[in-house]
Amino acid sequence: MNTTIPLSAQLINLCAAVILLLAFAMLAQRRVMPLINLFGFQGLVLAGSTLVVAVTTHQAHLYWSAGLTLLLKAMLLPWILHRLVRSLYVKWDVESLVNVPTTMLIGIALVIVAFNVAQPISLLSHTISRGTLGIALATVMLAFLMMITRTKAIPQVVGFLAMENGLFLAATSATYGMPMVVELGIALDVLVGVIILGVFFFQIRDQFDSLDISHMEHLKDD
Amino acid sequence: MFVILLAIPLVSGALLTVAGERTWAPHLNIIASVGTFLASALLTMEIVTRGPRFAFGEQFFIDSMNVFFVALTAFVGMTTSIFSGPYMRNEQAHGRLSIPRLRLYKSMYQLFMFTMLVALTTNNMGILWVAMEAATLTTVLLVSLYRTPASLEAAWKYFILCGVGIAQALFGTILLYFAAERVLGEAGNALLWTHLVDVRGQLEPAIMALAFIFLLVGYGTKVGLAPLHNWLPDAHAEGPTPVSAVLSGLLLNVALYAILRCKVLADGAIPGEFAGNLMMGFGLLTLLLAAFFLGRQKDIKRMFAYSSIEHMGLITFAFGMGGAVANFAGFLHMTMHSLTKSAIFFAVGHATQKAGTQMMADIRGLIRINPVIGWGLMLGTLAILGMPPFGVFASEFMILTHAMKYYPWTTPILLLALGVAFASIFGKVQPMVFGETHAKRLPHAPAITPVFVHLAIVLMLGLYIPPYLTRWFHEAARMLG
Repeated sequence: MNTTIPLSAQLINLCAAVILLLAFAMLAQRRVMPLINLFGFQGLVLAGSTLVVAVTTHQAHLYWSAGLTLLLKAMLLPWILHRLVRSLYVKWDVESLVNVPTTMLIGIALVIVAFNVAQPISLLSHTISRGTLGIALATVMLAFLMMITRTKAIPQVVGFLAMENGLFLAATSATYGMPMVVELGIALDVLVGVIILGVFFFQIRDQFDSLDISHMEHLKDD
Repeated sequence: MFVILLAIPLVSGALLTVAGERTWAPHLNIIASVGTFLASALLTMEIVTRGPRFAFGEQFFIDSMNVFFVALTAFVGMTTSIFSGPYMRNEQAHGRLSIPRLRLYKSMYQLFMFTMLVALTTNNMGILWVAMEAATLTTVLLVSLYRTPASLEAAWKYFILCGVGIAQALFGTILLYFAAERVLGEAGNALLWTHLVDVRGQLEPAIMALAFIFLLVGYGTKVGLAPLHNWLPDAHAEGPTPVSAVLSGLLLNVALYAILRCKVLADGAIPGEFAGNLMMGFGLLTLLLAAFFLGRQKDIKRMFAYSSIEHMGLITFAFGMGGAVANFAGFLHMTMHSLTKSAIFFAVGHATQKAGTQMMADIRGLIRINPVIGWGLMLGTLAILGMPPFGVFASEFMILTHAMKYYPWTTPILLLALGVAFASIFGKVQPMVFGETHAKRLPHAPAITPVFVHLAIVLMLGLYIPPYLTRWFHEAARMLG
């Protein structure tokens, strides 16, 4: 049995590791602008890793999906978010994150859980990138954790989009990506979703004078 | 016919975006909905006489199971659009809505119908996901249409919770594709349901089990299954009433339909009753939780939203039990619930407009102000509570007897939940309908016909189900296995 890992697989694993690190960095980032930049960077690495898979496996549709990722997640979405942040005047917003160390520890626990869940599945997979399935699931869970711990609207949305990044990574690592038509549909949904949220942010700010979600805790069953 | 069915809501949705304040815009909304319904009726006839068919290659697939949902969706979509005409004009007259927002409402309404019809008819499990997510997106801005703090909060909760839920469903879909790809190859048809059904016995059980859990929790969030049901009462209470009616009557059904499609695949792949047991568990939990929350509600739309959760729990439970009788009862109950609940929301909409509030304590004596609305609400409530001779009684009776026979331990839980629900809802609606009153006249006469059309159908189906409908339900139930 050949135990040396081919260069392409090493590259893919490196990319996945960077994506996971970025997910942790986003979890700890207090300021809005750097958070969006981290998200854009994550998209860039994701596109890079998809490209490596595409080159090594010669899957034509993966080139397209790498290009789509680059365009949408590394450029268009961060650009829209940047514009939103500027026009909403929340550029200098700093969130008071409670207990970053604890959050990080929970994050590490989630990563371990994710690897355990993904282990049996990736054993069944035959793709070159199967080792990254655990990382993909961990990214999804970290993004989920980020959505829970944040109280401001924009970081919550960034968390939501990061979750989508993780799912995309899962799709490429387990199966070389979903069929093209599905991927296009998902991309369209994400884009429309962000645009609708942009509109929505202005409505929230006009009503609450801030984008702090903690103001919105009035609807409950008493 | 199928192309027309999808084209009408899409084109009219686009047209209504640009139509703006033209006087014909409200009529276009109704005409388009009637057109969609006619197209769905013709499509149903075609399927009934000629059997299942594909469209656009193999991308869309219509069989007796989903054509039934298509017809139901188009019908409730049509009556809701008729109801919303005068309702929205009253809201405008009360100064709660401006003309641009009415425009947004109408175009989003049609696009929402479009996404639901795509979700129902697509053969591709990936496109099903895309359409479900799109259905969320089109309704987020409808829930926040009034732009009040409460409605914005509700819409935000709706977006985030359903977004998280639907992300889990996407992971489930990825796992499904992964399992399928090993059998079907990468030819691009590994997500087509018709192909998946053919090979479902060969799908890896371990992956399918994990996939089904993610799909159930994901789409279950949109069905309103506990514990991710929190968005539902808020979205129903704070959005405009026609939106509550289509959310309750249609969107929940479509999400449940997605779960049913997945269950067929999971049942074939996983030995034993894994998927069914999971659905029974979630169904019972949801039913029980919702029943006990019903009594604590003060807002009338919130209360009926919890009632929707309760019924969705019951239906999920029924499909979880499986077998010809339970599946039949499940389909029947879905139909009954859609028709009855949307009728209730129509009546509630006019009642709250008259009373000027949604607080149940302030709505009194509807029967004196407007006997038609009062009786509409009362009859609708009796129907949804499962009183004979309404159709809900028939389906609940079938579910209960089936549960007694095969899962006797669930009987006390079911009876307890249904009993608590009955006491809570009836105790609150009764003084609203009868009792002393102080209410105002509405500038536009309410459209009350849809309420009674729905209730008449529910009544008729309670007394007599036409043979072709029985056959249809049987066929759909058989497809579930």
